Amino acid sequence: MTEIMLRVSDLNAYYGKSHVLQGVDLHIRSGEIVSLLGRNGVGRSTTVKAIMGQVEHTGEINFQNQSLSGLQSHEIARKGLGYVPENRDIFPTLTVRQNLLLGLKSDQKESRWSEEDMYDLFPRLKERLHAPAGVLSGGEQQMLTLCRTLMGNPELVMIDEPTEGLAPKIVEQMATLFEEISKRGVSILLVEQKLTIALRISQRLYVMGHGQIVFEGSPSELQADESIRKEWLEV
Amino acid sequence: MEFFLITLLNSLSYGLLLFMLSSGLTLIFSMMGVLNFAHASFYMLGAYFAYQTGMVFGFWPALFLAPILVGVIGAITERYGLRKVHKFGHVAELLFTFGLAYVIEEVVHLIWGRAPVDYRIPESLNFTLFTLFNTQYPAYRAFMMLVSVGMLVSLYLVLTKTRIGLIVQASLTHPEMVQALGHNVPRVFMLVFAGGCALAGLAGVLGGNLFITEPGMAFSVGSIVFVVVVVGGMGSLVGAFIASLLIGSIQTFSVGFDLSFIDLMAGLGVIIDSNSSWYAGLSITISQTAPVLPYLLMVLMLIVRPRGLMGTRET
Repeated sequence: MTEIMLRVSDLNAYYGKSHVLQGVDLHIRSGEIVSLLGRNGVGRSTTVKAIMGQVEHTGEINFQNQSLSGLQSHEIARKGLGYVPENRDIFPTLTVRQNLLLGLKSDQKESRWSEEDMYDLFPRLKERLHAPAGVLSGGEQQMLTLCRTLMGNPELVMIDEPTEGLAPKIVEQMATLFEEISKRGVSILLVEQKLTIALRISQRLYVMGHGQIVFEGSPSELQADESIRKEWLEV
Repeated sequence: MEFFLITLLNSLSYGLLLFMLSSGLTLIFSMMGVLNFAHASFYMLGAYFAYQTGMVFGFWPALFLAPILVGVIGAITERYGLRKVHKFGHVAELLFTFGLAYVIEEVVHLIWGRAPVDYRIPESLNFTLFTLFNTQYPAYRAFMMLVSVGMLVSLYLVLTKTRIGLIVQASLTHPEMVQALGHNVPRVFMLVFAGGCALAGLAGVLGGNLFITEPGMAFSVGSIVFVVVVVGGMGSLVGAFIASLLIGSIQTFSVGFDLSFIDLMAGLGVIIDSNSSWYAGLSITISQTAPVLPYLLMVLMLIVRPRGLMGTRET
């Protein structure tokens, strides 16, 4: 077994008086694709935001044998964690290329990804290089957000609901890309609601319900466990 | 024609000065979502610092030194003041800048007294640049325009062509995302705050000797700058630019009109009887209404188009 890259222990967070994360434990190994599944509002996005330092929390978060406690979000990013938020958050007035270049950190020396790599992966971006990012379609914006984060050369990238509202064809493209990212040695934490691509590309899956992890296992284990799927996943 | 050309030039130089103030205010507002009530106080500090350093080093070094000093004070204000207050919300930040405006005014009272100081236009710029018909146009006003345009162009280039400018632009709308990409957004905030204050300081250096350098200058200019930002639209640089020139022209042109409303209406063919109950009200001249016109424009703008000319925010 390869070493554990990210370990989250007893993560708790509150929005006002509501206890949204109630002792979340999870870990990700080097090079792994791990999915975090669950219905809307169970705390998946909050978990990722807490890891990224955007939500106040208690508990221990360890990344590559360093504690992330008390660090600000940009310091966490510089440790090698990448984050692609659910709402995509492209910079709409800047061009596609400017968006990509802002993914580079200020004194970044090397990256396993070049600008050219991005255009090879998504030729559409190259065609729209000088267009304001705000005019791209939803799918294109999603690709741009992902590529922008990859430019910063993360060791682990956390991707929140990348396939939401996208056409099936683009979802397929996304799945292929995640496997390509993983081949280059980058770990992925994929937050999803749908089982489709998660079951196919993940090595392990977590299911969340009411602010806690209610299932951890392999895709085949989840497929075998009908009660978990009924209670926590199916609508 | 003569009146029109000269007044147009004066409107331009005054409008550009207003933009130097409102650009910083609107950048700070877009980024942090907080209206800096003390912004005009940094303008005042610029004028006093220029007066003080000018006495030692002369006007030209003061032109650079004073804005830098003001910028440093701005940076300290953000780093050790606003950033601490930030977690208590926008109201706390607003009150902080409100209090700061009073603190700066009192400090100015203590150091330089309540009377205006003798901050003058430097001899090297105190001459007539050209004579248009019968009006002499002072070189200092042209110099002011030159510096303002220079600042405008540099601000544009920094924001659109440099990496830090792109980070600033992106942080205006998506600060959390920018920070998650590994950029030190708190430091960018500090730099923008310092830069905005330095611009206000520069406006103070240029405006202080043209108008008057006294402890009341912050409050008299401050309210006009708020009008500019509201009319232009909160958080829009282009809007602030248009509104600055607009308010600059309105103020400058209206001061020059000695016609009363009765004359105006007579021009339109409406004669008001001197016994009419409207007579007294309409006999005031346009120049008398000059101070109130910008505020009137602001009120109208808030009724007709609350987000201002180019604004994106509703608040």
